[in-house]
Amino acid sequence: MQSNVYFILSFRFIILVFAQVLLLNNINFLGYINPYIYILFVLTFPFNGNKSLLIVLSFLLGLTIDLFGDSGGIHAAACVVIAYLRPVILKFSFGVSYEYNAIKINKVDFGQRLIYVCAMIFIHHLVLFSMEIFNINHIMLVLKSTLFSGIFSIILIMSSISIFSKKTK
Amino acid sequence: MQQILFFLIRNKNFLLFLFLFLISFALTIQSHSFHKNKFINSANFFSGGVYSIKNNITDYFNLKEENNILLEENARLRMQLDSFNELTSISNTDSSLIHSKFQFETARVINNTYSKSKNILTIDKGSQMDIAIDMGVISSNGLIGIIKNTSTNYATVQSILNINSQINAKLKNSNHFGTLIWNTQDPNIVQLIDIPRLAPIIVGDTIITGGKSTIFPEGILVGSIYSSLLNEDKNSYTLNIKLFNDMTSLKHVYIINNKDAEEIKILEKESDDAE
Repeated sequence: MQSNVYFILSFRFIILVFAQVLLLNNINFLGYINPYIYILFVLTFPFNGNKSLLIVLSFLLGLTIDLFGDSGGIHAAACVVIAYLRPVILKFSFGVSYEYNAIKINKVDFGQRLIYVCAMIFIHHLVLFSMEIFNINHIMLVLKSTLFSGIFSIILIMSSISIFSKKTK
Repeated sequence: MQQILFFLIRNKNFLLFLFLFLISFALTIQSHSFHKNKFINSANFFSGGVYSIKNNITDYFNLKEENNILLEENARLRMQLDSFNELTSISNTDSSLIHSKFQFETARVINNTYSKSKNILTIDKGSQMDIAIDMGVISSNGLIGIIKNTSTNYATVQSILNINSQINAKLKNSNHFGTLIWNTQDPNIVQLIDIPRLAPIIVGDTIITGGKSTIFPEGILVGSIYSSLLNEDKNSYTLNIKLFNDMTSLKHVYIINNKDAEEIKILEKESDDAE
């Protein structure tokens, strides 16, 4: 059972990296808007899983994306931030008892899921674009990129969750 | 001692987070300065290889377009060659006897970005083909960028669409010099700053490289003037330049190797040291 989980995780890791690097990095909708789907890995990591492991894996995930995108360490930094903040956001969106109820992301109701995904994505994008642009004078550009790319990512991630989740009823 | 250990165990997630965040922060800072991004760049065996495979597949989609571009360039060069032959009566056509201080090497772009504030291209030639840092990169339509990093088989190019790029350029008609920069707004428009107020600015005029550095020869095409703006100090213009290149679709590029670059650099360094 345990090895099965690790297999699924590594498979997801590789697929998401390739989807991001080979497909989504080339979209450039309206010139600068790119969705970032690889965050799905951090979002769907088992809720009761090892937190330290998640932080390390998120770092590696971000670093791989950076490697392909020549972007220094911006994705790694953004990923580490959301991996570290994830327990707080989980508590915020699903209530205190999320750890004991064995909640799965495809089984919670839509509103809670949307809050969780939105919070994670906007924090990630905000860190990402502030690190990329790295200039306080361009704060409007940071916020604009965060908003538009964020909306795009949310749509993509919410639909991927509903498409790839097993039907339970 | 026990207290310290307890502290470490209790806060292990936070410390781990802090440690990894600082690493990525350091990498980010490093990537903001030219020449220092040694560890994380796409000119390595792994990502270079993946991009190469992807390119072998996607290459076929725009073969027709590429052929047209090459044909156009051939026609243009043939025309130049003809006019050159009329001027000089050299009957010798052995190209190895023509002495030029610039050597051109062709390469394919295997990864291209243009939507970020620091855009980087990856090409499929590396140090094995004598590609080195600081060589210029152009396409048949004009300026593209400067080699930033090399590995054995791949190299990354810092494109002009990068807020760190500063390239010397001038007006073709009047030889007034300025610096090319990019304000991240539009991937087809770059800015030429510090053009003196005396310069005659006409929308549509051609901008070419200035030849004041060892990287690009003089006269490489850059773009045409799109609009102009007099600065607040009333002494200089900022020009918006529309690039001749479509930076969003690049395939075949040329790398310029200045054989005299080494000599010029040594000379300049000696002069600096002497002062």
